[in-house]
Amino acid sequence: MIRLATAFVGAWTLLISASPPPPRVSLPLILGETLPETLSDFGFFTGPARALRPSQGVVPYQLNVPLFSDYAEKFRFVWIPPGQKAHYTSDGVFTFPIGTALIKSFGYRADFRAPQSDVRLIETRVLLRRANGWIALPYVWNADGSEAYLKRAGKRIDVQWTQADGTPRAISYAVPNANQCKGCHDLGGTLTPIGPKARNLNDGEQLNRWVRQGLLDRAPPSAPTVPKLSDAHAPLGKRARAYLDVNCAHCHNRLGPANSSGLWLDWGQPDGVTLGMGKRPTAAGRGSGDMEFAIDPGHPERSYLLYRMQSLDPGIAMPELGRATVHSEGVALITAWIKSLN
Amino acid sequence: MKPSLTLLALALFALPAEGWAKTLSVSTGPDAQERLQTALIEAQPGDVVAIGAGRFDLTEGLSLDVNGVTVRGEGTEATILSFKDQRTAGEGLLVTADDVVLTGFAVEDSKGDGIKSKGADRIVYYNLRVEWTGGPKTTNGSYGVYPVASSDVLIDHVTVRGASDAGIYVGQSRNIIVRNSVAMYNVAGIEIENCYHADVYQNLAMHNTGGILVFDLPNLPQMGGHDIRIFANRSSKNDTPNFAPKGNIVASVPVGTGVLVMANRAVVIFQNILEENQTANVMLIAYPNPFNDPRYNPLPRAVTVRDNIYGRAGWAPALVDDVATQSALGAGALPVLWDGASDPSAPIRVTDGGVLSLGLTSAAEGVAAAKPAPADLSKGKAMAEPRRVVLPQSMEALVR
Repeated sequence: MIRLATAFVGAWTLLISASPPPPRVSLPLILGETLPETLSDFGFFTGPARALRPSQGVVPYQLNVPLFSDYAEKFRFVWIPPGQKAHYTSDGVFTFPIGTALIKSFGYRADFRAPQSDVRLIETRVLLRRANGWIALPYVWNADGSEAYLKRAGKRIDVQWTQADGTPRAISYAVPNANQCKGCHDLGGTLTPIGPKARNLNDGEQLNRWVRQGLLDRAPPSAPTVPKLSDAHAPLGKRARAYLDVNCAHCHNRLGPANSSGLWLDWGQPDGVTLGMGKRPTAAGRGSGDMEFAIDPGHPERSYLLYRMQSLDPGIAMPELGRATVHSEGVALITAWIKSLN
Repeated sequence: MKPSLTLLALALFALPAEGWAKTLSVSTGPDAQERLQTALIEAQPGDVVAIGAGRFDLTEGLSLDVNGVTVRGEGTEATILSFKDQRTAGEGLLVTADDVVLTGFAVEDSKGDGIKSKGADRIVYYNLRVEWTGGPKTTNGSYGVYPVASSDVLIDHVTVRGASDAGIYVGQSRNIIVRNSVAMYNVAGIEIENCYHADVYQNLAMHNTGGILVFDLPNLPQMGGHDIRIFANRSSKNDTPNFAPKGNIVASVPVGTGVLVMANRAVVIFQNILEENQTANVMLIAYPNPFNDPRYNPLPRAVTVRDNIYGRAGWAPALVDDVATQSALGAGALPVLWDGASDPSAPIRVTDGGVLSLGLTSAAEGVAAAKPAPADLSKGKAMAEPRRVVLPQSMEALVR
């Protein structure tokens, strides 16, 4: 068990002054043909592995709207080979140079009411931009958080925590297998990152910071943005669409793994049947919940999109992967949004 | 030349550029889930994942994303992948790679679909069984085998029982053969939906709600299904009450339908044995729901029904629940049922039996507006029929 962030800065300083220079990120491993067995091989982090203290050039970043992952806390980092930059685009994922690594770790605090308490790391997912495209590698942490090991077949891990409202929770957390990584990270048959898009990185400051840090070629003032779900001042429709964009649209878009459903929930999708309004089930099977439409405007109780968000049955539940709990806050948001439609 | 040198030369000559294709064997026992999934991930093109005999109790959906892999069991009664305790994934096995062969195993009791393949060109489903072992239930998964968005699909010697939607379902694909297969106790036995060029032949569809369905639906990436041939099948005794979850299009299929065509263009139904279907041996209808999609045509067009062998049918069309109305509609016990909607430029032609028309001129009219009467659709000129579907020889060679 460990503490992340500020609590460790003091200790790190001591460690660093007494130890050899911090390891550097291994570009050959990122670019190579091999599948490194341990996360530490890459050198993304320095000091005690579980502390996730980034090595030189490994930069933490945040998304306005994260994918719901069973209430796991997520820690995201990007590394781009020195001297290179990602290319800005207003709509999709930035174009990252060969050699880029995106590193995302998942963990839980035992008690969400104690935000400074220890985080138990569960897994770290690494996306590597190799010469012939991106590859996705899942690493699972050992019990004492000293190392994470490659687990291409995925793994089940029992996790318990206490919710912010004091409710105890216990789930069987599913680390995805390498194929399931592609199950979400697929666009037109090519593995691709999902999160680092202008609208989801743009919090007013972060894009400029990326430019200053040499990670990004430009950050136009016109860059789009999506509101945080907690932003009560943002319009309901925008928050709901941002939620669908992040939680559904990696599959449910014109080129994604669920494109054949004809239900496309990406940010730019206009209102209508493709967005689910008046959309009848195609291959939903039991997922229809005896309802006629994915979204029946004004009627959350007649909208099977919500029914599927509230189910844990693998034959019904959406998203199909990475959800062993119901995201109550997401359900509340989408319910309110559908109710507001007419 | 010395024998050893000859052997060496032969060995070198035979060595493929990428090395020997290998067999990854997986047997039952502890950690079978992880060992099987690992084999499916680590297989290289050309490899065989050989699944041993026995029952594999799997808790997670399996997936394959490597081109050119064969997944082979020891037979549909010997190698059983049971998903009774499945906790994740929308299907038992998902294939997202090209040139994959699935053969010699059974998938049982998956929570969602049995085997799905998406964007998987030249896939071969051969000698497989997919089954929900508790019989027909609304809580069963939707599709037994489910290739979608693919080119060149072969389904041969596949048995599916208990699907709460379609046993054998092919969607939004092109160049398809479904043959020598058995579909029983499903809502739809075999369903070809939004597809181009499909041959469905020598199959047995019995005790489903509807035996063989050819559908085209709006608001999907691939629409305008066309060039479908349904021939030399037997579709009989489709007598299982519809148990599909409501809202799905197949939930509206009336019990006792032998072959059902909804929308589509250029469909021919010939030389089938169709019998003991209470609604109709052949039913031809327009898409019944309102839609808003200018690219979509809801009418069945250029449909030919000829040379079928008909047994008893149509004595109680289950278009309504009321039995007295069913009996009245079925007084003539005609083998073919038509809603009455058509496109005069691409007519429906039925030359092998009587047709009961509901006299509906638009898809939006309900059965309540029906003016049932016999119709003669045997006149008019014969429409050109679709060409035979030919799959790459490499695929056919695999099942010979």
